[in-house]
Amino acid sequence: MIGEIASSSVPWLTIAIFTPIIFGLIILLVGRDDQPNVARWLGVIGATLGLLATIPLYTGFDTSTADMQFVHKAEWIAVFAANYHVGVDGISLWYVLLTALITLIVVIAGWGSITYKVAQYKAAFLILSGLMIGVFSALDGLLFYVFFEATLIPMYLIIGIWGGPNRVYAAVKFFLYTLLGSLLLLVAFLYLWATTGSWAILDWHQAPLTYDVQVLIFLAFLASFAVKVPMFPVHTWLPDAHPEAPTGGSVILAPIMLKLGAYGFLRFSLPITPDASVGLADLMIVLSLIAIIYIGFVALVQKDMKKLVAYSSISHMGFVTLGFFIFNIEGLKGGLVQMVSHGFVSGALFLCIGVLYDRMHTHKIADFGGVVNQMPKFVTFFVLFSMANAGLPGTSGFVGEFMVILGAIHFNFWIGVLTATALILAASYSLWMVKRVAYGKVANERVAKLKDLDAREFLVLSILAIGILYMGIFPKPFTDVMNASVHVLLEHIATGKL
Amino acid sequence: MMESQFNFALVLPEIILLVAAMAILIIDAFSNDPKRTLTYTLSNATLAVVFVVSLWQWVGGVSGTGFYSMVVVDSFSHFVKLVSYLAVFATMVYSREYIQTRDMLRGGEFYVLVLLALLGQMVMISAGNMLTIYLGLELMSLAIYALVAMRRDHEQSTEAAMKYFVLGSLASGFLLYGMSMVYGATGSLDLAVIGSTVQSGDMQMALVFGLVFIVAGLAFKLGVVPFHMWVPDVYTGAPTAVTLVLAAAPKLAAFAIVMRLLVTGLGELTISWQPMLIILAVLSMAIGNLTALMQTNMKRMLAYSSISHMGFVLLALASGSTDGNMFVNAGAYGSALFYMVSYVLTTLASFGVVMVMSRQGFECENLEDFKGLNKLNPTLAGVMLLVMFSLAGIPPLIGFYAKLMVLQAVIQTGMVWLAVVAVMFSLIGAFYYLRVVKLVYFDQPAPDRVVDRVPTVPASLLAVNVGLILLLGLVPAGLMNISVNTILSSF
Repeated sequence: MIGEIASSSVPWLTIAIFTPIIFGLIILLVGRDDQPNVARWLGVIGATLGLLATIPLYTGFDTSTADMQFVHKAEWIAVFAANYHVGVDGISLWYVLLTALITLIVVIAGWGSITYKVAQYKAAFLILSGLMIGVFSALDGLLFYVFFEATLIPMYLIIGIWGGPNRVYAAVKFFLYTLLGSLLLLVAFLYLWATTGSWAILDWHQAPLTYDVQVLIFLAFLASFAVKVPMFPVHTWLPDAHPEAPTGGSVILAPIMLKLGAYGFLRFSLPITPDASVGLADLMIVLSLIAIIYIGFVALVQKDMKKLVAYSSISHMGFVTLGFFIFNIEGLKGGLVQMVSHGFVSGALFLCIGVLYDRMHTHKIADFGGVVNQMPKFVTFFVLFSMANAGLPGTSGFVGEFMVILGAIHFNFWIGVLTATALILAASYSLWMVKRVAYGKVANERVAKLKDLDAREFLVLSILAIGILYMGIFPKPFTDVMNASVHVLLEHIATGKL
Repeated sequence: MMESQFNFALVLPEIILLVAAMAILIIDAFSNDPKRTLTYTLSNATLAVVFVVSLWQWVGGVSGTGFYSMVVVDSFSHFVKLVSYLAVFATMVYSREYIQTRDMLRGGEFYVLVLLALLGQMVMISAGNMLTIYLGLELMSLAIYALVAMRRDHEQSTEAAMKYFVLGSLASGFLLYGMSMVYGATGSLDLAVIGSTVQSGDMQMALVFGLVFIVAGLAFKLGVVPFHMWVPDVYTGAPTAVTLVLAAAPKLAAFAIVMRLLVTGLGELTISWQPMLIILAVLSMAIGNLTALMQTNMKRMLAYSSISHMGFVLLALASGSTDGNMFVNAGAYGSALFYMVSYVLTTLASFGVVMVMSRQGFECENLEDFKGLNKLNPTLAGVMLLVMFSLAGIPPLIGFYAKLMVLQAVIQTGMVWLAVVAVMFSLIGAFYYLRVVKLVYFDQPAPDRVVDRVPTVPASLLAVNVGLILLLGLVPAGLMNISVNTILSSF
C-alpha cells in the first residue's frame, strides 16, 4: 500500500505545473507579432521559473520511501468525488524534472528559428510543459485524463502551424491516433470509478478486479498507452509527425510525450491490472521485441535524419516496454533509466538536426556530407549523442539498455540475446548516419558555407551532453530515487489481485 | 379553492414577458429608426427583468403547481428558463449587426418574435399538462416559422421556412396524436395524474401506441435521426441569426418537455422508451457524425454536429433507472441537462463567430471562409479553437465534462458497450472539428480576404461566452451540482 506524504508549506508541485501555464497565458495576452522578443524573453523567464520550482522536489525528495511525496490535494468536482490531487514518487520524479529542463532548452534553442507567430509558439510550449508535468504528477484519474488529453491541443497546433510541408496530415494523424486510445482509456477510467467510487489512482491500485475485467481494462489502457509510446503496430504516426514538426516540437515529442505512454503502463496498467499484465506479458514482450528489432532495421534504411531518429526512438522505447513486462528489478529500473536517458539523447539528436536544419532547411541525409570540415564543434556533440544513442558504455544510453538486457537474460536467455542484437542495430544506424552527414567529402556548396555553433546552441547542447555523460558514468542518483517505488511495484504485481 | 388555483405569482415571468412583448410591438410601430435601437434595448431590458424575477423566484424557493396543474414551477423550470434567457440575450446581441445589414429590420418584428418564441419555450418548460405543452410548442414554433421566413425575397430562406413549417407541423401532429392515445388510455391530460395512473410495465395497446408517437414527435423537435431531415436544411437556409434562435434555446425547451412527458408522465414506462431512445441515440451519433464529415458549409456541418450531440443527450436520458431510483435518475437526467446547457453555450459561441464574421452581402458560412483566420484575427481564431475543441469533447473545456457525465451515467447502468460505441463516434466527430481548427490555424487566407473589426459589444459577449466554456471546463463542479440537484428536487 502506497501512502502519501503531504507537501511542506509550499505546494511546489502545483507551482511547477502552473508556472509555465500561467506564463503561457500571459504571453498569449501580451504577445504581439511585431515584438517577438517580448514573447521570447517571457518564455525563457517562465521556463526558468518552472525549472526552479522543480528543484525543491529533488532536494526534498525522500528516497527511502515509496510513498507519494509533495502531495497537494484540494476538492475539485464534488459530484464526481474527483479532486485536484498531485504528488510524485520515485517513478514520476525524474520525468517532472526532465520535462521542466527540456522545456527550458526548447525555449532557448528555438530563440530565433521561429519567426511566425512567436508568441503563440512560446505559449504553446509553456502550456504544454505545464500540462505534461501535470500528467506525471496527477494522482487523481480524472485530473490525469484532463492533463493527458489537453496536451493534444498545443501539440496539434505546434505540428500544424510551425511544421514542415506535410504538417496537416501529420498533425491530424497524431491527434486522431492519440484520441482513439484516450477515449478507450476514459471508458476504462469511468468503469473503475463506477466500481470503486473513487477517482484516486492509489485506490484503483487496491481495487479488487476479476481476471476477465482486468484483461479488458488492460486492453483499454494498452490502446491508449501503446499509441503514445508508441508500440508496434500503432507506431506509424510518429515517423510522420517528427519530420513535419518544428525542432522544438520534436524535442518535446520524443523525450517527453512518448514517456507519457510508458509512464501510463507503470502508473496504471501494472498496478491496477497486475494479473492481466502478467497474463498478457507474452504479447507485450513480442510487441516490444518487434519494435526493438524490426523497427531498428527500418531505422537503418531511412533517408531523412528526423525519421531515422524517430524510428530509433520507437526501437528504444521497445526496450522500455520490454523492461516493464519482464517483471524483475533490473528490467523495470532499466526501463525507467532508459526513459530518462532517451529523453536526453533523442532531445539532443533532434536539437542537432535542428541546428543543421536552421542552416540548410533540410534534414535529408543525402544533402549533407563532410560537415565536420565546417562545424567541428557541432560534430563533436553530434558524435557523442549518436554514440549515446547506440548505447556506448560511459553514456547514459548504455546504462538503461544494459540493465534491460540483463533483466531479459534473467527472464529468458533467448529474449536477452534477441534484445542485445539491438545494440548492434543502433550502432549501425547511428554511426552510419554520422558517417554520411559529418564525414566524407563536402557534399555541396551549401555545406561548404556552414557556420559552426553559436554560443546559444553550444550552451544548450552542452547541458544535454553533461547530463548524458553524468548519467552514463554515475547513474546512482538516478536509480536511487527509483529504488523504493520499483520494489513496492514489483511486490504489488507479484501479489496480484486474485 | 378557486383562488389558490389561479396562482399568478407562479407565472410572473411569463406574464411580464407577454405584456412586454405586446408593448414592444406597439412601440415599435411608431419607430422609424432603421437600427431599431429602442426595440432592441427594450427587448434586452425585458430579458433582464424576467431574468431577475426568475432568479429571485428560484433563490426564494418559489415552486408549486397552478391553474389546475396546467403549470408546474420547480427549480428545474427556473434553471432552464434562466439559461434560455441568457441564450436569447446572446442571440440578440450577436445578431444585431447581422440583421441590420440584411434588411430584416423593416419592422422590429425580429425582436418581438424572438420574445414570443421565448414565451412559448417558457410555457413548455413549465408545462404540467399535455395541453400546455402543445400550447407552448405551437407558440414557439409559429414564431420561429415566421422568423425563418423573414427574408422573404431570399430563395433559400423561404424554402427553409416552408420545409420547417411542413415538417414541424407534421411533428406536432405526431405529438398530438400520441397525446390523444395516452389520454384515451389514462383518461387524463394532466401529466402528474398520468404518472400515477400508468402502472409499471403497463402494455395497453393505446398507451404503447401513444408512447411511440410521442417519442417520434419529440425526436422531431430535438432533431435526432431518423427525424432529422429538416435540421440541416433549416439551419443552412435560415438567416444565421435565426439559425441561432432555433439552434440554442428551443433545444432546452424541447429537452424540458421530454422530461415532463417521458419522466413525469410516462416514467413508469421507462423500460419501454429506453430502448427506443438508445436506438435513436446511436443512429443520431452515427449519421450525424458521418454526414458532418462531408460538409463544406459551416452551418450545415454544425447542423449535423447538433444531431450527433442530441444523440448524446438521448443516451443520457436512456440511462435512467427503470425502477425509479431517484439518485440514479438524477445522475442520468442531470447529465443530460448539463449536456444541454454546455451545448447551448458552445452553439451560441460558434454561430456567434459565424455571424460577426459575416458582412453586408457576404455570408461567412463556407468552411473555406475560415481559412487563415489566425492571421487575420487571432482572437476570433482563438474563440473558434476553444469552441471546436469543446464540441469535440477535449478537456479542459466544458464539452468534455458534458460527455464525461453522460458516459458515466451510461456506464453506471452497466452498458459499457454503449459507452464504447459513443466514444468511437466522438472520435469520428473529432475529425471535422479538427478540420475547422486546421483551416483556421494551418491554412493561408485567401489573398483578398479581410475580417472586419468586431464591434465592442458582441466582441465582449463573445469573450465572456468563450471564457465560460473554458472556465466551466476548469471548475465544472458548480454547474454539475446545479444540474443534478434541480433534477433531484423536481422529478
